[in-house]
Amino acid sequence: MRIVDHLSELESESIYIMREVASQFENPVLMFSGGKDSILMVYLAYKAFYPAKIPFPLLHIDTGHNFPETLMYRDQLVERFGAKLVIGSVQEAIDQGMVSEEKGFNASRNGLQTTALLEALEKGKYDAALGGARRDEEKARAKERFFSHRDEFGQWDPKNQRPELWNLFNGRKNMGEHFRVFPISNWTELDVWQYLSQEEIPLPSLYFAHERQVFEREGTLLADCDYINKRPDEKVFNEMVRCRTIGDMTCTGVWRSEAKTVEDIIKEVSTTRMTERGGRTDDKRSESSMEDRKKLGYF
Amino acid sequence: MSNNHDGNGLLRFTTAGSVDDGKSTLIGRLLYDSKSIYQDQYEAIERVSERRGEVGVNLALLTDGLKAEREQGITIDVAYRYFSTPKRKFIIADTPGHIQYTRNMVTGASTANVALILIDARNGVIEQTKRHAIISSLLQIPHLVVCINKMDLVDYSKEQYEKIKSEFEQFASKLDVVDVSFIPISALKGDNVVSRSSKMSWYEGTTLMYYLENVHIASDQNLIDNRFPVQYVIRPYSEEHHDYRGYAGRVAGGTFKVGDNVIALPSGFESKIKSIQGPKGNQMDTIPPESVTILLEDDIDISRGDMIVRPNNQPEATQDLDLMICWFDNNKSLVLNGKYAIRHSTQEARCIVKGIKYKMDIETLSRDVDNPEIKVNDIARVMLRTTKPLFVDSYKRNRITGSIILIDESTNNTVGVGMVI
Repeated sequence: MRIVDHLSELESESIYIMREVASQFENPVLMFSGGKDSILMVYLAYKAFYPAKIPFPLLHIDTGHNFPETLMYRDQLVERFGAKLVIGSVQEAIDQGMVSEEKGFNASRNGLQTTALLEALEKGKYDAALGGARRDEEKARAKERFFSHRDEFGQWDPKNQRPELWNLFNGRKNMGEHFRVFPISNWTELDVWQYLSQEEIPLPSLYFAHERQVFEREGTLLADCDYINKRPDEKVFNEMVRCRTIGDMTCTGVWRSEAKTVEDIIKEVSTTRMTERGGRTDDKRSESSMEDRKKLGYF
Repeated sequence: MSNNHDGNGLLRFTTAGSVDDGKSTLIGRLLYDSKSIYQDQYEAIERVSERRGEVGVNLALLTDGLKAEREQGITIDVAYRYFSTPKRKFIIADTPGHIQYTRNMVTGASTANVALILIDARNGVIEQTKRHAIISSLLQIPHLVVCINKMDLVDYSKEQYEKIKSEFEQFASKLDVVDVSFIPISALKGDNVVSRSSKMSWYEGTTLMYYLENVHIASDQNLIDNRFPVQYVIRPYSEEHHDYRGYAGRVAGGTFKVGDNVIALPSGFESKIKSIQGPKGNQMDTIPPESVTILLEDDIDISRGDMIVRPNNQPEATQDLDLMICWFDNNKSLVLNGKYAIRHSTQEARCIVKGIKYKMDIETLSRDVDNPEIKVNDIARVMLRTTKPLFVDSYKRNRITGSIILIDESTNNTVGVGMVI
């Protein structure tokens, strides 16, 4: 008897969700951060609708504080799949006075992304935003549905979520409301890497070990860049590192690593004892910092 | 965590339980022993447990993800946890066990291959045990594993284990469950969870982990009745693929092969399968739960909501449904003659409640036939009439083509779920 292996089952589940989105919504969009999970999402979307083009644009919320490698990779990917790219700009939101820049040493534009994201969703009249969040990433995300309802303010109400049973998804909503949809909810970090390896998907260089100027803050290594105010005692040094997640430069920790290939990374991920978001300073602001941001509409 | 799963695939199992029956300890042990808890996660819950003055590390804090849950010390919602061993990947749907969370248990059970039922060896079969077993049977979870826990507190007594086992068997004979296994364990001490207990040499069965890694689930899917609900029609409209018309969907039953004669419902047009395109390219056949695109020899009109099946094995096309339902709405009861939107496979229609036959007590299985009110968490047998024919099988035969959800058209909420009798 043929057995469907676990990666194929996850792949089929994600493709099913994406097709359901294309069927149930009028104007979906795929949120693209440049990280491996959203890269996986683009590949799965390509497979779901092949040989037709991906029937929704990619939306990148640009904090203006990106690793340059992320932007280069993004533009190549868009060209390769003939996808349409929409950019929501945090800088613009700041310039228009919708939000103001955080101050101090830990200033980050991570929180400001929510405003730019909601603004971009509203402007594009998108009724479903596909995202690459996974339930194993973070405890508030573990409670997410595949189809996650957002009210007209973009807010999430975790205590009042729609039940999801079998293959049946309810995407009904009122005007002005939208859905966040998470097709790779059931994938773990290791599943993602195994799949990327199996499918030989090229990845941004940031994920692989490279030499970089870094400094240490509260036990986390951060890449040295113009966007972060260093304290006087924070010394910059050279280190062999890689990113486990890619957010903007101000909040993405880098890891000491020697992993130069996807196989090395799989080995590293299989044996590591720290969660991948352990280096994300945005999650560490409080115990429920992700839940609080998500309620307001954060990705 | 391990990096080389072999071919045992993905197993989904559900647990239900309250704070004190050792469920969290058991899940914690499975995660911890399979190295699926990270050091920083462990340290974080260690800190919180200490701050609250709890003795030991409270592993429940791992699964209770929402602020309200942590504050109240309860699981409100279904929590999904992941772990893997070299043999298999596992998804746990962890649900609260109290009667007011029946709907959460039903949700967790809907996609599970295995139901893990915990019994405290000191207390034996209690109401909650029966409730879990009844829900597992209603939702047709193919395998039940009954863990008789806290064996350390009954001196690892074989007699106590046998007594509880026969108690459960007697009760389960009234239910529709096929495959039941029993394992005496101590989640706290680790007996028979991942490694064999040295204290229960009288027990000849496997450990829980061995059971989970090896239970045969490939035939949990219906591989006999071919069912392909069309989800989406792929039309590239490009030069290169000018006449391409692919029917995308997820196989809900049977094995479809290239060259098979098929019929499209409701139109009744027949054709042959020209090719099957999967995520990795062309394939010769496809089985559940694969998502593929089917191309037919003939250009016939098929759209979302239609179903591709074999001419000699068709589902029932009906507007009258006889269902067991579980009601989910906190605010409104199910109303006789009430109208709802109904979703089945990839179809959507409207329906009216024609009759409420009885309400079932999920602790005693007794039936209330006296015009019962159907409130949140109630299980009832109801008759619906739909605006158009749906292509259904009995839920017992196929969990995908035998299930529906009901949506309140004023709130858009999913208010009920149903299984075709």
